[in-house]
Amino acid sequence: MNSVRAYRDIRDSVGRRDRSMHDKTMSLAEAAALVPDGASLGIGGSIMSRTPMAMIWQLIKSGRRNLNVSRSMMSTDGDWVVGSGIADRIETSWCAQGISWGLSKVARDRFETGAVVYEEWSHLAMGQRYHAGAMGVPFMPMRTVIGSDLERLAAGKVGRSTCPFTGEEVLLVPALNPEVAIIHVQRCDRFGNAQIDGLPFMDIDLACAADRVILTTEEIVSTEQIRRAPERTRIPFFCVEAVVDVPFGSAPHECFGLYEPMMRHLDRYVARANSDPRSGFEALMTELVHEPADWTQFLERIGVAELVEAMGRGRSIYRD
Amino acid sequence: MTDRPEATAAEVLAVYSARALQNGQVVFAGVGTPLLAASLAQRLDCPELTILFEGGIIGAWVEDGRLPPSTNDQRCTRLSRMVLGSSEVMLMMQRGYVDIGFLGGAQIDAYGNLNSSFIGETASPRVRLPGSGGANDIGSLTDYIVSMRHERRRFVPKVDFITTPGFLAGGTSRGDNGLPYGGCRLVVTDLGLFDFAPETRRMRARALHAGVTRDEVADNTGFDVHWPDEVPVTSPVTLRELEILRRLDPERIFIA
Repeated sequence: MNSVRAYRDIRDSVGRRDRSMHDKTMSLAEAAALVPDGASLGIGGSIMSRTPMAMIWQLIKSGRRNLNVSRSMMSTDGDWVVGSGIADRIETSWCAQGISWGLSKVARDRFETGAVVYEEWSHLAMGQRYHAGAMGVPFMPMRTVIGSDLERLAAGKVGRSTCPFTGEEVLLVPALNPEVAIIHVQRCDRFGNAQIDGLPFMDIDLACAADRVILTTEEIVSTEQIRRAPERTRIPFFCVEAVVDVPFGSAPHECFGLYEPMMRHLDRYVARANSDPRSGFEALMTELVHEPADWTQFLERIGVAELVEAMGRGRSIYRD
Repeated sequence: MTDRPEATAAEVLAVYSARALQNGQVVFAGVGTPLLAASLAQRLDCPELTILFEGGIIGAWVEDGRLPPSTNDQRCTRLSRMVLGSSEVMLMMQRGYVDIGFLGGAQIDAYGNLNSSFIGETASPRVRLPGSGGANDIGSLTDYIVSMRHERRRFVPKVDFITTPGFLAGGTSRGDNGLPYGGCRLVVTDLGLFDFAPETRRMRARALHAGVTRDEVADNTGFDVHWPDEVPVTSPVTLRELEILRRLDPERIFIA
């Protein structure tokens, strides 16, 4: 099945955007309404870093269905989108609870019963797919995936081609242009000029590839502040449709320079999710997603002590 | 054996992987044993070892007691030399800047192919494993070292799924399938060191750890390992190596 969108399609979606510099701030719930059921959704960050957890939390709370989710590598976010049933398909290179905990029994249950499809790509292939999407070209030539069973698994979605200049054989991976991207950043202004500290992962390509981008941010700063350090701006405002102010928006994952992962909460979460991946996971979703009225109430369930500790470790990155 | 310090299997893997590295090399490492091995090497004979992480880091230096939970975490960036996007650092490998990659997996076969995707049938797997991550890319693009526990269920005649290409079906099949560079150079296990015969590209014994017998290897391997006439004994793990590892991982997250 060909998954590449026609150039006219992705080009016109940008053409229809209001690319003027206007105020894009809104609530999590308003932003979730920009994600239709069945949409292809790209998630920023990687594994436990700068994951837009608050936005994913809201999408579950808002009852989204049939999403087709892509991300470089997935951990707790994978559990949440796969386990809650908001996604029926994921495209990624890696999905587990996290390196120190190993496999997710929740994700395994959904994949092995066929409830959710896990379409596996290599890490570089995911990156090059977003990159092609960001560049407005239909594919990227590359020298991995080739010869492995990943190539066989992706039959019909990847191609082999002979270089017209050298005659060498290369593998072509299809562009990925998600309808919506959700990305968490350290700061942006109300127009969506976004600054990312630390590792950018695949987020800049993801932002440029998507039809619409929802940013969640640790803080909204003035445009003057953005202008004082424009070299830190990694996503330009005209890529962005929504800006949501969500401090600790990556919790219980980390946000570079601000907080590290909340490992005790995650230890408890993984123990419970893995011990009972169906009704136990459902109880976790009730406690963590449905009962809290807002994101701050979710953070209360992680606990002040752990948030403060995570902040101390997060800030230590800048300390001698 | 009384002068030999007690090392866990994970420590044995890290030590012999570290010894396979040379000063000045550029290595691509994942979290766990690879990161421990590369960090140990930096503290022993390879102070100018450059570590790359798939999160987008060039020139990592991991501090004692501050092991990152993954190679995508901020701890990997502290004291490193450069921070890049994920694709950009992987493309350094495609361009050819990396000497050695490090890999593990659930299964390895006689040709060094690795599986981290499916146990059982692909369409209806008994276990759906996490997947490639960067493993396919590392294995496709560079020479690599595998470190794995030596168990029969892991050392199988044919992997259930080739996530990461080794020498595929042996002989020249890797190059014939569009992979002109790289391949599995060394397999480090808790029983010994293994490499691949130049013609057939089948796994052969290179050295055994002290006290390990051929029968023990055969019992724990699901295929016939090639035995050269001489199979030396590795020199034992030193106290210094263990001390460095235990300072790196005082909570014994990865070396337990």
